[in-house]
Amino acid sequence: MSRKLFPVLALLIVLSMVLAACGGGAAPTAEEAAAPAAEEAASAEAPAEEAAAEAPGETEGPAPAAGGDTLATVLERGHVICGGNASVPGFGFLDTEGNYAGFDIDFCKAVAAAVFGDAEAYEIRPLSSQERFTALQSGEIDVLIRNTTWTLSRDTDLGSNFVATTFYDGQGFIVRKADGIETLEDLDGGTVCVQTGTTTEANLADVMAARGISYEPVVYEDVETGWTTYEEGRCDAYTTDKSGLVSRRTLLTVPEDHVIMDETISKEPLGPVVRHGDDQWFDIVQWTVFATFFAEEHGITSANVDEMMASTVAPSEQKFFGSEGELGSFLGLDADWAYNIVAQVGNYEEIYNRNLGPDTLTYIPRGLNSLYTNGGLLYAPAWR
Amino acid sequence: MEKNKYSTEEAIPFWRDERILRVLGQIVFLVFVVSLFAYLYNNMITALAAQGMTPSFEFLKNTAGFDIGESMIEYVRSDTYGRALLVGILNTVYVSIIGIFFATILGVILGVARLSTNFLIAKLSSIYLEILRNIPLLVLLVFWYSAVFITLPRVKEAISLGPVFMSNRGIAIPWGIPSETWSTYLVVLLVGLIAAFVVAWQLKRVGEKTGRPPLTTFWSSLTFFAVAALGWFVLPQAPMVADYPELKGLNFTGGHVFSPEFMALLSGLVIYSAAFIGEIVRAGIMSVSKGQTEAAKALGLTGFQTLRLVIFPQAMRVIVPPLASQYLNLTKNTSLAVAIGYPDLFSVGGTSLNQSGRAVEVIALMMGLYLFSSLVTSAFMNWYNKKIKLVER
Repeated sequence: MSRKLFPVLALLIVLSMVLAACGGGAAPTAEEAAAPAAEEAASAEAPAEEAAAEAPGETEGPAPAAGGDTLATVLERGHVICGGNASVPGFGFLDTEGNYAGFDIDFCKAVAAAVFGDAEAYEIRPLSSQERFTALQSGEIDVLIRNTTWTLSRDTDLGSNFVATTFYDGQGFIVRKADGIETLEDLDGGTVCVQTGTTTEANLADVMAARGISYEPVVYEDVETGWTTYEEGRCDAYTTDKSGLVSRRTLLTVPEDHVIMDETISKEPLGPVVRHGDDQWFDIVQWTVFATFFAEEHGITSANVDEMMASTVAPSEQKFFGSEGELGSFLGLDADWAYNIVAQVGNYEEIYNRNLGPDTLTYIPRGLNSLYTNGGLLYAPAWR
Repeated sequence: MEKNKYSTEEAIPFWRDERILRVLGQIVFLVFVVSLFAYLYNNMITALAAQGMTPSFEFLKNTAGFDIGESMIEYVRSDTYGRALLVGILNTVYVSIIGIFFATILGVILGVARLSTNFLIAKLSSIYLEILRNIPLLVLLVFWYSAVFITLPRVKEAISLGPVFMSNRGIAIPWGIPSETWSTYLVVLLVGLIAAFVVAWQLKRVGEKTGRPPLTTFWSSLTFFAVAALGWFVLPQAPMVADYPELKGLNFTGGHVFSPEFMALLSGLVIYSAAFIGEIVRAGIMSVSKGQTEAAKALGLTGFQTLRLVIFPQAMRVIVPPLASQYLNLTKNTSLAVAIGYPDLFSVGGTSLNQSGRAVEVIALMMGLYLFSSLVTSAFMNWYNKKIKLVER
């Protein structure tokens, strides 16, 4: 008996040792199993949603040797290094010639134009969502422009500063053009495909309940299944973050048959990020963004910028071009820094239309990303 | 020598006493198992406490905040997690019961067909069984969903078969809506049921007296349907009003719509489980000795009578236990519905887990519920097994 029992007991003891060895992390197995699934779901689909997955605990202390001399470092290096994305069509991706292109990339060019007067004096470091804040903190990049959602914890705990919002993203809907659905109310009685995830499903339920719209959700675990069934016509609409919708739309069989609705049902403000502790560099990037807003508001485009500069009599525009006052020097830049941005990269509308406009595959209606004069949120502070 | 050995004063040391060792071994093992579980449980509690969470099912009373596509009971987003999970359970039970029903019918036909003397039928059946048993269910489900039901025409070009519409939004059929007299009609049905039982009981007595088996099933069901039909027309208003599906706006309204998710899940489960049930039925039939068939033939019974009166009653004893486990499999396999978007218990549970963050509780609850449904099925099948087993006199 004991001889038979011995190997069994021995095995059990060995097993228990193994279990004890990995026991420390063994407890929340269920959560561990569930959490990555959710995370994957979120990040695979919607770049902007990556916000949710970020743990605030990953801060690596204050950035080394990057106090207030970013501008000096950049000038000495001869080009500006931006953290970017290489896989979101419309925002940051490699075009057919192997160059980076996209909405975020253009803002990187704008910074280069402001600092060097040369929009090509930039370098893109493609970063994953996990790497991006570390890369910024360690000084590997000068500015992070990679569809990053502005949140309180990132603005504080991660040692970074969001300078402005360049794109107001949020959960949206894609529908077939032929169906003529323009507002959420048109979806009444319809079917909506949604991926099961952290907030997408709940956002959808909330907004539909608030507006009293009855609909049938079809919930998928897998992104591919969801898109396939949407394309086959199982659902009238598919919902996820707009940047996700846009990049995914290009992969549909006939992207032109589908349109992203103007409606946005959650907040995902995306914008450039700089390190804590360098106010001058913060100001440069911030006012670079504002310059594109200003130019659009005043009708200054890359095509008419020279003409405008020569003919304008409005003081604010003269200050913008640097022909009056010395606003550029306050930023530590040349007087014609704003002129360079518009001349070489364009105003906000040009940047937007180039990457996300109606003529592109990645078309997103401007919605909140319109000037405040058109009911949007783009508002540049005063130029004086 | 012999005598000395047994009369010795010295007791056997306990470490060589097999009786004690046996008990000791059991105790050591028990302590080990209990402490292992205690350790794991404690570890879980500690880890949860470190995150500021204590396992509690209080969250079931919180607002769920998400919608569910199809539900057998009234459900809106402001209902609780508990109710959302109930919707999931009912969906699981619904598809399981219908699946078991059709899988059994198809399975029996396949099992019998494989043993048919008709070469073509037997071969077709065995090809079916061999292929279907060897395809993973998930693959089948995705096939039925993505390649069959989703590729049906769009809702606006739905195929119309009389009042039935087929599109990739589902299969819409006419359905009855209970009218005001429905509750009265339920009483009528109850009366019909009682009348049918009375008829059956009387016939049985007559049969026992005369020794001739009467057509009990025929007459009692006729009684029931007669009462039911009478009640339908006598009542001032028909108890149910037919509701036809029609295309209104984006979807079909009216009637009843079987969603493509439900249809795909049901088809996949039925076709897959039927293959296994077919093999179980075949095994059961083959377990009945050949002499029984020959004796039945000698008595002049037809093929169908032989099957119904001689073979099946004896085969059931072999069929029922593995059939029960097949039913359990089918019920548990419904959880694969998550892949094709049918809101079963696992799918709703997954969403609840995501929304509430209560991973341990939700998983435990789901395991408990699947276990419960399996035990209920199992208990029913055990009862049935006992009922049909050979009564030894």
